[in-house]
Amino acid sequence: MAVVKLFGAWLSPYVYKVIWALKLKGIPYEYIEEDLSNKSPLLLQYNPIHKKVPVLVHDGKPIYESTVILRYIDEIWPQNPLLPANPYDRAVALFWIKFADDKNPIIAKLYRTEGEEQQAVVKEWLEMLEAMEEHALIGGKKFFGGDEINMVDIAFCMVAHWLGVFEDTAGLKVFEPHKFPQVSSWIQNFKSVPIIKDNLPDTDKIVAYLKRRKEMLLTSKSN
Amino acid sequence: MAEEVVLLDFWPSPFGMRSRIALAEKGIKYEYKEEDLRNKSALLLQMNPVHKKIPVLIHNGKPVCESLIQVQYIDEVWHDKAPLLPSDPYQKATARFWADYVDKKIYDLGSRVWKTKGEEQATAKKEFIETLKLMEKELGDKPYFGGESLGYVDVAFIPFYSWFYAYEKCGNFSIEAECPKLIAWAKRCMQKESVAKSLPDQQKVYDFILEMKKRFGIE
Repeated sequence: MAVVKLFGAWLSPYVYKVIWALKLKGIPYEYIEEDLSNKSPLLLQYNPIHKKVPVLVHDGKPIYESTVILRYIDEIWPQNPLLPANPYDRAVALFWIKFADDKNPIIAKLYRTEGEEQQAVVKEWLEMLEAMEEHALIGGKKFFGGDEINMVDIAFCMVAHWLGVFEDTAGLKVFEPHKFPQVSSWIQNFKSVPIIKDNLPDTDKIVAYLKRRKEMLLTSKSN
Repeated sequence: MAEEVVLLDFWPSPFGMRSRIALAEKGIKYEYKEEDLRNKSALLLQMNPVHKKIPVLIHNGKPVCESLIQVQYIDEVWHDKAPLLPSDPYQKATARFWADYVDKKIYDLGSRVWKTKGEEQATAKKEFIETLKLMEKELGDKPYFGGESLGYVDVAFIPFYSWFYAYEKCGNFSIEAECPKLIAWAKRCMQKESVAKSLPDQQKVYDFILEMKKRFGIE
């Protein structure tokens, strides 16, 4: 049987996307934790271009970039499909996945920026939440995938779990639930799904880590 | 039911060119609608309310946004002719990775080459060439990124060739001197009618860039 290995880091939402996909499909895998400040030679060999996690290695062949990995997983193991079968519906799903993917690196900066730069990040967050509320979650669906979660739900995981973490680290509130009722419902629904609920990093642990990291970054900036 | 295909586009957009090439490769008849980006049509705003950007592919009244998603959609719907994505899942993943890499790097770096000057431009040029060299390495000895025939990565990347002359003039460097194999690949693609008819003339693109520079006060 072909071996599946996943190189990851305990706090990365991108890594969790792959973990959830593998678990939703019931695929056994070996998990290798990477120290991102001291990357293993094996990781650098598998992903020489970006040198990042997650990297999925299937049958000795590496695949990287979380969305590319998810689409690969969905194609190799078609049970519990993560994308719609109809080409048009799939194109719409891919649009929202790209939307989330493009926003994620920007919104992640919330906790490590200040002043004007931070305000610009807050603006990006609000744009994202508004687009989700007004355009993506139309029809009051339980999930983007309908009755079950799919790749679009997984793509918006930063909103579901990491937003609170960034807010706590930054010491500021961006998300007001009463202003985004559909998004709020979706977050609760998403985090109630057993595979998601049982596979989420501890928020206190992440906040502590990010606070230390923020201090280091701000110290090095002022030096 | 007759297929109705409309493409909302803007002639110098490398993203629009991707969809033009895909449609031409499949021999699909469509209506091309030129958008004035300073005065966007009601149709564009209705069909892409989230980004309000071109290109937008409208198939039987339903919009598909984002150029690479359009190319994949075209490839799936009109799957019986000129396949652009490989059928093997691992090769597909590789193709998706490289098209995504082009998306993340080429447009932004190229923009910095024509929009900036001095040290900022020098840095942008260096990174741009490094990116092109990496693409050249990925191409290897194959005639196309897709192997023996034009594929997904070729379609994603070749539109930027129409901007090369503008980048070279603004940045005062020669892409062919740095990446001869890449230029050979580009000329090979241009021999295909689907590509030649979809890309604007390089001089025309350069004139457009000069106008943009004037408009934004970039010297």
